[in-house]
Amino acid sequence: MKKPMTLAEKLLAARAGLEAVEPGQLVDVPVDLALANDITAPIAIKIFREANIGRVFDRAKIALVLDHFTPNKDIQSAEQVRLCREFAKEQGIIHYFEGGNCGIEHVLLPEQGLVVPGDIVIGADSHTCTYGALGAFATGVGSTDLAATWITGRTWFRVPETIKFVYYGRLRPWVTGKDLILYTIGDIGVDGALYKAMEFTGEVIKRLPMHERFTMANMAIEAGGKVGLIEPDRLTLNFVRKHASREPKVFKSDRKAKYLKVIEYDCSKIEPQVAFPHLPSNTKPISEVGHIDIDQVVIGSCTNGRLEDLALAAKILKGRKVNPNVRLIVIPATPRVYQEALRKKYLQIFIEAGAIISPPTCGPCLGGHMGILAKGERAVSTTNRNFVGRMGHPESEVYLASPAVAAASAVLGRIASPEELGLKEEAR
Amino acid sequence: MKIKGKVWKFGDNVDTDVIIPARYLNTSDPQELAKHCMEDADPEFAKKVKPGDIIVAGRNFGCGSSREHAPIAIKAAGVACVIADSFARIFYRNAFNTGLLILESPEAAREIEAGHEVEVDAESGIIKDLTTGKTYRCQPIPPFMQELLKDGGLIPHIKKRFQTEAS
Repeated sequence: MKKPMTLAEKLLAARAGLEAVEPGQLVDVPVDLALANDITAPIAIKIFREANIGRVFDRAKIALVLDHFTPNKDIQSAEQVRLCREFAKEQGIIHYFEGGNCGIEHVLLPEQGLVVPGDIVIGADSHTCTYGALGAFATGVGSTDLAATWITGRTWFRVPETIKFVYYGRLRPWVTGKDLILYTIGDIGVDGALYKAMEFTGEVIKRLPMHERFTMANMAIEAGGKVGLIEPDRLTLNFVRKHASREPKVFKSDRKAKYLKVIEYDCSKIEPQVAFPHLPSNTKPISEVGHIDIDQVVIGSCTNGRLEDLALAAKILKGRKVNPNVRLIVIPATPRVYQEALRKKYLQIFIEAGAIISPPTCGPCLGGHMGILAKGERAVSTTNRNFVGRMGHPESEVYLASPAVAAASAVLGRIASPEELGLKEEAR
Repeated sequence: MKIKGKVWKFGDNVDTDVIIPARYLNTSDPQELAKHCMEDADPEFAKKVKPGDIIVAGRNFGCGSSREHAPIAIKAAGVACVIADSFARIFYRNAFNTGLLILESPEAAREIEAGHEVEVDAESGIIKDLTTGKTYRCQPIPPFMQELLKDGGLIPHIKKRFQTEAS
């Protein structure tokens, strides 16, 4: 009989060409996609050129997404982008995104069909783990590891132990994938899954739409996780068929697979969550937040900048006004999300409410540009990190929440639930 | 590989945004990055730190982003070694790749205090607090990794190896 394996183990075993692998083992695997952005690519390019190899291993398996400081915030950022552009031209990189075709990498690449279940993806960006929602083994690396893969087409991994998370029960009104992952990080801590694979399972995950699955996998790194995986199912395959042309390779955990730990959550007890400064694990249920005035709200990012996230915010902001003390910045994650939001009149709702619409960019999430906080200012943000100085001044504060809580907070000028606006939603 | 230096102490979960804030990532020049190393935790750090000094910190050092600028900034600031209770996974790999010596020792991380004089022997995995006289043992760095660190990281190491093989 074959050794039972977890999803993470199966993905690595398959691509390493091995019958079975076990945690702790080092494996050498081919890489299906190796991505970088305008911050991490320049170092990788420098290293690649120093190695004097000539050509990249496969110009169709590299993605350059210049999304962090773009539209270029200053001369130095523009120089970094120019370096990437020249490299892309010289190497004939096919998946090059800059300017009007550029979006936030982890929303853009699945939308472009560049990741399918079973893939091995590395990215010089820590949120590369987002593609775990498609059942791909995807993780962040530094520029040196990335450059090495550009040369060889391969990389090495230590097979991680897997922690299984089981979500059961019904989701309370206004609770989203964002709240589930914040709750999980709050429970296990920012190093609770250090070096481990996180596998999200259970009846709630089975019912969870793709955009919320991406949000959960996206934040696996915020618990120290190497990957955040969800078994591909009908929803995954529908998504992949709509966007991708490559054939998915579907793997599932064996029933008897060995997990390091199994953690179960009764979702009927989980409220919308808010992560207080300065760690994503510093979470509180919305009912215990108290009165916290805010200066800015950001709705967007690789965590929550998808069309459905904007739809949720629009539902709450429709016919309402942003509080005069608050700047609301809405960032559609990709040109396609932007266009769809325009067509569905979400953008009109936001503008009428008094919001600022930003072009697709990572911008304020990492304190880059397009919405930086002054000393002492507070923001509610649908992004993924609230570290010291993350969105601006070291004495500013970021509170992480879902698009629903963010939108309601923008209206009320303080951290708030949509229920406080008299809005009703069914449990699901 | 032996190092002797003064200790700078930090807490748990020192993230890459603290090590090198994203607002300075519009360059990858090590000397520029070094000027802002640890700025949001201690604005004067880059000015005060001396070549050969050692950072001692708690759990999950280097958590957050994948930016290789973080170990590059620490190394360019003159820090010779980081001792921590544990390291975040991407930072761990990036540190060796860029030639920054890191050691895991929960006990040393807990007990060694700021300003102490510490001696590190990477080969034997022995950390000695010269101020208190206490010795800590951690996993030694294997010879091939020491060689890699001595060469300044993965790429210079590979280049040197190719050159040696060719000649």
